[in-house]
Amino acid sequence: MADSGKLLTQLADRISYLIDIKGDAKWANLDELLDRVHGLRQSLFDITEARLFEELDRIEERVSFLEDRVAEKLSPAEVVNIVRSIQRFTLQDVLENVYDSYTELGGEGECNIDPAMVVARAIISRRVKNKLYRHQVMVIGHEKGRGEEFRNGGCARPWGNDKALRYMRVAETEGIPIHFFIFTPGSFPIEDYPGAAQQIARNLYVMSKLKVPMVSFISEGGSGGAEAIGLSDIRLMGAMGYYSVISPEGAAAIEGRIREGEKLPKELIRHCAAQLKMTAKDNLELGTIDRIIEEPPLGARREDYGFFRRLRYEMIRATDEVVLKTKSFRAFRAYALKQRAEEGKDIPEDFDVAIAWDLSDLEIERLLELRSKKYRGLGKRGYIQLKKGLRLGLGRARDMATKGYYELRYGLLRPHQRNVQKVIEEVSGEGTVFLKKVTEPVRAAYDFVFPKLERPRKVSAPESMERRSIFAEDWEQYVSPLANEDRTVTCPNASKYGCLDLWVPDLYGELCGVCPSCGHHFPLEYQWYLENLFDQGSVREFNTHIVSGNPLNFQGLDARLKRDIKRTGRKSAIITFDAEVKGIKLVVAMLYSDFRSGTVGSAEGEKFVRACDRARTTRRPFLAYIHTTGGIRIQEGTLGVVQMPKCTVAVREYIDSGGLYMVVYDNNSYAGPVASFLGCSPYQVGIRSSRIGFAGPRVIRETTGQDVPPDYHSARNALKRGHIQGIWDRREFRKNLYDALVTMGGPNLYYK
Amino acid sequence: MDINLNDLLRRYKSHPFEDYKLETPHTGIISFKVEDGQPVKGPSGKWLHKPGTLLYVLEREKNPKRIYAPCSGEVVHVRTELDGQFVEAGEELLSIRHRLDKDEIIDRILTQVLFIFGAPQRARFFLIPEMATKIERKSSGSICVAPGDEILIMSLMKRDTMIAYAGEPGVIYKVYFKSGDLVEQGAPLLGICSPEKLPYINKVIQRIKTEWED
Repeated sequence: MADSGKLLTQLADRISYLIDIKGDAKWANLDELLDRVHGLRQSLFDITEARLFEELDRIEERVSFLEDRVAEKLSPAEVVNIVRSIQRFTLQDVLENVYDSYTELGGEGECNIDPAMVVARAIISRRVKNKLYRHQVMVIGHEKGRGEEFRNGGCARPWGNDKALRYMRVAETEGIPIHFFIFTPGSFPIEDYPGAAQQIARNLYVMSKLKVPMVSFISEGGSGGAEAIGLSDIRLMGAMGYYSVISPEGAAAIEGRIREGEKLPKELIRHCAAQLKMTAKDNLELGTIDRIIEEPPLGARREDYGFFRRLRYEMIRATDEVVLKTKSFRAFRAYALKQRAEEGKDIPEDFDVAIAWDLSDLEIERLLELRSKKYRGLGKRGYIQLKKGLRLGLGRARDMATKGYYELRYGLLRPHQRNVQKVIEEVSGEGTVFLKKVTEPVRAAYDFVFPKLERPRKVSAPESMERRSIFAEDWEQYVSPLANEDRTVTCPNASKYGCLDLWVPDLYGELCGVCPSCGHHFPLEYQWYLENLFDQGSVREFNTHIVSGNPLNFQGLDARLKRDIKRTGRKSAIITFDAEVKGIKLVVAMLYSDFRSGTVGSAEGEKFVRACDRARTTRRPFLAYIHTTGGIRIQEGTLGVVQMPKCTVAVREYIDSGGLYMVVYDNNSYAGPVASFLGCSPYQVGIRSSRIGFAGPRVIRETTGQDVPPDYHSARNALKRGHIQGIWDRREFRKNLYDALVTMGGPNLYYK
Repeated sequence: MDINLNDLLRRYKSHPFEDYKLETPHTGIISFKVEDGQPVKGPSGKWLHKPGTLLYVLEREKNPKRIYAPCSGEVVHVRTELDGQFVEAGEELLSIRHRLDKDEIIDRILTQVLFIFGAPQRARFFLIPEMATKIERKSSGSICVAPGDEILIMSLMKRDTMIAYAGEPGVIYKVYFKSGDLVEQGAPLLGICSPEKLPYINKVIQRIKTEWED
């Protein structure tokens, strides 16, 4: 009877799991089946053993049949349900079953900085020729828990991601590899210091050049939250996991334009889940992960010890692979590793080789190079290149020639010039002091007898005379098309500060879209900035041949792209160009609102990376001016998400080589880009009346259940939280930018 | 303090409303969005960030300005004859008859009969320990204060300053803050009333609390 009780519990669990997957208890009368099991449990001692086991066999047979039927064809929405099931394995199970022993760091259980983010020092071992080899690793991952409220469902708070970063640095100091386990539906979208977006950006920035091998395993990869600990050398993914740019519910709300509080149609959620290409197989095809780890047909659960054995083997193998790639002599070991990989389903008891996981300086250099190459290569299939064949070849040749020229000019000649200059300065400095002592009395007497006449200063031509428009003819001045209306508008702060109504031609003309009473900035089109920020005729666009595409064949995106291309006359949501500000040459990347709300997809990411590289090659400051960005383009799925690490790697390399990277936010800047390549900049500034944040108020309300004040994302609050370093007035943008370039860039701008 | 509480109460009983008259903020062509007798809602949300019911649209120089109800109540005296017409600034358009609830009436009566001692600046306030103990033991109604009595401690940036009471002598009727609360400048700290009126006020408040129907 004791066994039958256990069998009944197992059967009830299996039926509940099927209900979780289908999301419907009525499917194949699962609810009735579950009631039968509960009924049997209650009448356990009232019926004969023979009848009980007969009934159990019948139910077991039915459950197995249904399990096979479900496993036969799992839809992406059902995969999401598997991952979210309470019976799915968690990080705790991984720590207990994959690693020999572990010590949790930075708190334990509820007593923790953030219980949703678990960090542990662990030991993982392998047997080679009857000898046991132990490896120390740092394990960092999300803990979804088993229904405990304090785990927050695996949504790491900003300080949880900060904790992860701290221990990544510890691992770097100690030279041990890091294993990441991603079990998060997304990051907890609050702006409290250190801020959801800013902290993810910091994590990505550090991880892009962390000097230890990193391997990550994805079970539930929810967008930005996953990226916070996802930039690794090898990305593994559970066969029943999902990795997505947004939850299917979030995508459904956007696609279906569902109002807040209204119920989302199930069919729409299923449709979006399928469109987002979030399963392991899809991600492998897209190249956003490296390998899939097989799971049982309906996904691994807490007691699937066979799966944990496989996971252990794969984590070791992946770490070996990362380490071996950095070795100059690795042919045989790499071959052995590959052979093992091809064996497929059977997991060997022993490993053929024991590979030490510590790296020399040279190997670390190689590791970082490979990581950079890996992430720079991501999402290449997500955009369209218009230049082909000969034109592309010519373009590349020109790029190489430019690179050669700047290498010669700044890489070879400039250091010598600087050294010589330095020596001359020092010698002349010494000489001046010496000569001053001798000549001072003579000079004083001379000045007394023949006083100097003050010379008039050179009068420079007024700046406006020099300017020439790219949108207007030489004889006319650029005026925002918004000004061509004879009407007035009311400042949104009128009730607070008593601002008077503003006449539109005045407002968008000489007032530059700024309320003269309270300073509120009305939005202006991006052309206004191109026109008023940079020197006359200095704006020269490049990489216009990279075009936004629809790599996932997302329904309806093609038409929307076509419409935006026609409306804007541009081919992506980013404009990259060379420009000058009062004679200082710089490279600019500008995300603007008119094209898919300034969302970042593969084309935008690639253009950003190339602009970054151009700034690096030409040794110029790099400005990211964000007219508006709505985040990552969800219709590109994970190809969009990987733009976060990709662009951050490029930014990190630019900054490391001595570049000056500045970000200026205007209007609205949210989500992925702020949580990666924008948020990692040491110099971030907001234009007055702009809003900066991770998630909008609706997402915050729906995720956290708390309302946020209307000014939660305002630039002023972002400044208070330390997310930006200042707020600029639009009318002084040019002046402030020039001052910032001179102040932060030093005399040579590109200051290394 | 020459206020007849009975009269005051009778007045509120016969007309438990407060009329908010709405005037045009500037010239323009008006189009009403509400009718006489229509109930309207005032701003809502934790930060009063959700506007109330749309009352009318005033258009001037192609700039339609939407005017929302500043408080909840019932719309009365809508000047429908002005609908679609040009109006001058300061023109009365409608009133919102706001029904006062129990707390609002008590607040109004108290502000008329009590002397309010406000916070001199934004800081944390404490009652002096003896006063706090007295209030704890006897309830506030029987503690007398006179001008010059040091009854409060103002704590700001770890610096404590004694605050002397300035105002009419009387008994402390109401303490508007909890010890250690951060109080904004000008916000009420204490409500003082003359000792002879105290039983009378208590009785009236009690009557409002028990008899008034919201």
